[in-house]
Amino acid sequence: MVTIAIVRQRSLFGVVILASIYSFLMASVLIVLDAVDVAMTEASVGAGVSTVILLATLHLIKTTEMRSVRPHLLPLFVSLGTGAVLVWGTLVLPSFGTADAVIHKHVAPRYIADTIKETNVPNVVTSVLADYRGYDTLGETTVIFTAGIGVMLLLRGARRRGRSDRGKSSP
Amino acid sequence: MSLDLILRVGTKLVLPFILLFALYVQFHGDFGPGGGFQAGVITAGMVILLAITFGLEAAQRIAPQALVERMIPLGVLIFAGTGVAGLLMGKNYLDYSVFSHDPAHGHELGIFLVEAGVLITVAGTMTALFYAFVERDR
Repeated sequence: MVTIAIVRQRSLFGVVILASIYSFLMASVLIVLDAVDVAMTEASVGAGVSTVILLATLHLIKTTEMRSVRPHLLPLFVSLGTGAVLVWGTLVLPSFGTADAVIHKHVAPRYIADTIKETNVPNVVTSVLADYRGYDTLGETTVIFTAGIGVMLLLRGARRRGRSDRGKSSP
Repeated sequence: MSLDLILRVGTKLVLPFILLFALYVQFHGDFGPGGGFQAGVITAGMVILLAITFGLEAAQRIAPQALVERMIPLGVLIFAGTGVAGLLMGKNYLDYSVFSHDPAHGHELGIFLVEAGVLITVAGTMTALFYAFVERDR
């Protein structure tokens, strides 16, 4: 329902607020699924910081979406098709919560059994994230680093160029 | 000015608790939900709330821009340095068991260091992004 409201909304301010609501709803869903760590991330990043940054972006640009000139039938078909393929893919997955699904038989039992013995950390999410899968987390941190540097370079560079243009035109 | 009195006082009251919650999420991440990423975002959220309510100058007094921008590479360096330390002490990259005689304690310490690195990078990046966006329309 929120998604339909987002699609129908023309004011970008409303879209940002609705996206924030959507993030909170997703965080609630994740809590229901017992993924508290992910829910926390979704609530703080999706509903908190990204909303603030989107609002800051809206402050810099126009806040109403242009009415599109072409009918958007092709995008509709693409998204419906992708959705249908994804739903079709879930049909062959084992049903939710089955104990003998493939993913529960690989390394997960070892992590759960040995995390106290090997790392002294009772929260398996933390020990998997920072220890068993340390390389992945290092990569994620590097991604955040790269993204932050990139955005700052873009914004700074544009500002400096704008300033020098102004300096040229004023005399 | 007088209209946002409640907002200002409320923000002042709630700021230390946000920071306390961030630290709780960071250091209690071993036992409950949370960790460096979430704590970093909550810390950045505190600075952003301060900037929204009291203006950019107030926020940059407690979190100067130069410090925030240096935090971004510093966190990655702490994370990667933890890995290199394992390498120098004769084990694999990111093998934490070298930090202590008891491998489990070494792993605990390694996770702590790595989470600290993630916290520093995430908090720095989020705050620096917010600063960059806000400074654009000056």
